[in-house]
Amino acid sequence: MPSPMTRLRSAAWAGALLVVLALAPAPALAKTEIQFWHAMTGQLNDATNELVKQFNDSQSEYEVKPLRKGTYPETLTAAIAAYRQHQAPHIVQVFEVGTQTMLLSGAVYPVYQLMKDQEIAVEWKDFIAPVVGYYSKDGNLYSMPFNSSTPILYYNKDAFQKAGLDPSKPPQTWKQVEEYSKKLIASGASKCGFTTGWPSWTMVENMHAWHDQPFATRHNGFDGLDAQLLINKEFGVMHLTKLTEWQKGNIYSYGGRQGTADPKFVNGECAMHIQSSALIGGFTRSVKFAWGTGQLPFWGPPYTKATSIIGGATLWVMKGKPASENRGTAKFLKFLSEPPQQMWWHVTTGYLAISNTAVKNLEAGYHFKKFPDQYTAFAQLTKGKATANSQGIRLGNFVQIRDVIEGEMENIFAGKKTPKHGLDEAVAKSNEILKEFAAANKQ
Amino acid sequence: MQRTVFRNRWLPYLLVLPQMAVTVVFFFWPAFKSLQLSLYRVSPFGDTMTFVGLENFEKLLADPAYYRSVVNSFVFAGGVTVLAVSSALLMSALATQKIRGLTLYRTLLLWPYGIAPAVAGIIFLFIFHPTYGILPYFLSFVTSYEFNWLLKGWVAMTLVIVATAWTHLGYNIAFYVAGLLAIPGSVLEAADVDGAGPLRRFASIVFPLVSPITFYLVTLNMVFAFFESFGVIDAVTKGGPGDATTIMVFKLYKDGFIGLNLGSSGAQSTILMALVIGLTMLQFRYAEKKVTYR
Repeated sequence: MPSPMTRLRSAAWAGALLVVLALAPAPALAKTEIQFWHAMTGQLNDATNELVKQFNDSQSEYEVKPLRKGTYPETLTAAIAAYRQHQAPHIVQVFEVGTQTMLLSGAVYPVYQLMKDQEIAVEWKDFIAPVVGYYSKDGNLYSMPFNSSTPILYYNKDAFQKAGLDPSKPPQTWKQVEEYSKKLIASGASKCGFTTGWPSWTMVENMHAWHDQPFATRHNGFDGLDAQLLINKEFGVMHLTKLTEWQKGNIYSYGGRQGTADPKFVNGECAMHIQSSALIGGFTRSVKFAWGTGQLPFWGPPYTKATSIIGGATLWVMKGKPASENRGTAKFLKFLSEPPQQMWWHVTTGYLAISNTAVKNLEAGYHFKKFPDQYTAFAQLTKGKATANSQGIRLGNFVQIRDVIEGEMENIFAGKKTPKHGLDEAVAKSNEILKEFAAANKQ
Repeated sequence: MQRTVFRNRWLPYLLVLPQMAVTVVFFFWPAFKSLQLSLYRVSPFGDTMTFVGLENFEKLLADPAYYRSVVNSFVFAGGVTVLAVSSALLMSALATQKIRGLTLYRTLLLWPYGIAPAVAGIIFLFIFHPTYGILPYFLSFVTSYEFNWLLKGWVAMTLVIVATAWTHLGYNIAFYVAGLLAIPGSVLEAADVDGAGPLRRFASIVFPLVSPITFYLVTLNMVFAFFESFGVIDAVTKGGPGDATTIMVFKLYKDGFIGLNLGSSGAQSTILMALVIGLTMLQFRYAEKKVTYR
């Protein structure tokens, strides 16, 4: 016979089980489920879930199920593995450097085609040109821009004040960056002048576009798979040489790849930082001192100024789903592209709103007057002269190429290679990678 | 000794079947798959596969970056093995002395093994990161030396070696403590009576008696460093600066899963597999002769 204690325990278990069963949600009415895989973390993950919830609550036919699959590369790898098992999600978020891979994969349903087939009207013309250009082929949009940003300059106003600089005037040229850095360091306002995030994206890719210099042949790769890198030319070598020189005396302090340099700015070590405009949201919450933003520094003549290029990710629709489900996907993407959602997304996360109407509404609502820092990126992308060099970069295996460039940048900054030598090697290795990609994607 | 005899001819095979199935499904089949991949050029989404023969291998062998990853692997594996095994032996020798709180020490010494490599990497990052690590912060008060492994390759390598050795320390200690406790006290006492000091006793008695364990651990730590050290490197250096800490297994992950070049990745894993099998065989052939089994 079981002891009273054992019986008591069984009763407790049975009770617990009943509670669990009672709390389990009743089976939902048959809504069509749309799987949406993404790579957003932390506060951005919350914002993404909130946006999806807004869509799910706005109608009753479809239910979008967001699922975070890890980092950008992990999400892409997961989607590819799922596609090979015929288990692909309906929508997958892919970062900008994966664009060429997705375009040539044969596994995607172009967004413009989806909207056409579903007869859902989208005002493509209303989208901001530099954003659309990056993700279009032959003038048609292939993936829906989701989170787009561009690098801008952040500066510590308190440190500027302390160094006797005007805190309302961020440096506009690299010469000023150098000069201000020296003043900042000499006055003890900060230990270093400036640092950077995403080294290849901010210091190589964007610097070339910003100064209207080609990053690669064949119109930065837009015109064909046989493109070759051009970053070891006069401009690229000059810029890297300056950055290397500036390491002495801490005018420039290298802080690693991705966002690992952010703490240098946040803790006041470096008074300036060149990073994604999407950090405005995070900095607003976490930075203790007064700070502002400015456009990317410019070298001046003989170069001419174009626009910066974007980074971030877009939503790709995977092929092979029934039309009834594709309809839900299309409706969700249409929902995301509408001005109210665009404005909400921009205000909440700091990512760019991608339709001109949304930007105009934000202007009309004095949003940019109240938060001028959020306007910097728009100005940088839309007010400059758009050229062939500033449309974007489309290269196969761009993820690897970025890795190669950043590896060589580290070798250059460490003094192991001269800027010219390092960039030559980066170009040679990248061209090999491009050749490999072209061979694997021969049609 | 009693010998078990199976009446049924097939029963023994049936009994080993589950283990064989696991081995085949999780070891042989993937190994075969990567061998197969190594001969193809595969598009990222895997829909087109072109047979290219040994081209993937040729490309690797012509690539200086690949040789650097091989050298890095040997430096890394050598460093991890020497550090993890020697410090484990030292700590185990201390943890088998007659001291108060012995059980507590032994338990604590096993803890690092319970920590996932990625987590260990993050812990080391918080301690050593040049930007937000606590140690460089304190160091900056006493020395002007910049502990910047974001740019100094050998510092980065030292860091991942120490971190990886640390994660494997507990495992090694468990084996050594067991081995040291199995040494008959009478032998040591006899040596003591004969006038051998602690160091002499360690060198002439303890070390030879635990040599089978040392041999086992050296082999295992080396294989571990070659294959399973991915987590720490991914969390701490991501192979950088430059490619200073890109060891073979990290390079094949990067090329395969980030670069989506599965053919090259397959070729790299084939070479890595052959290399480690070869090293293990060499060890069994030469090093094992120096081992005293009881």
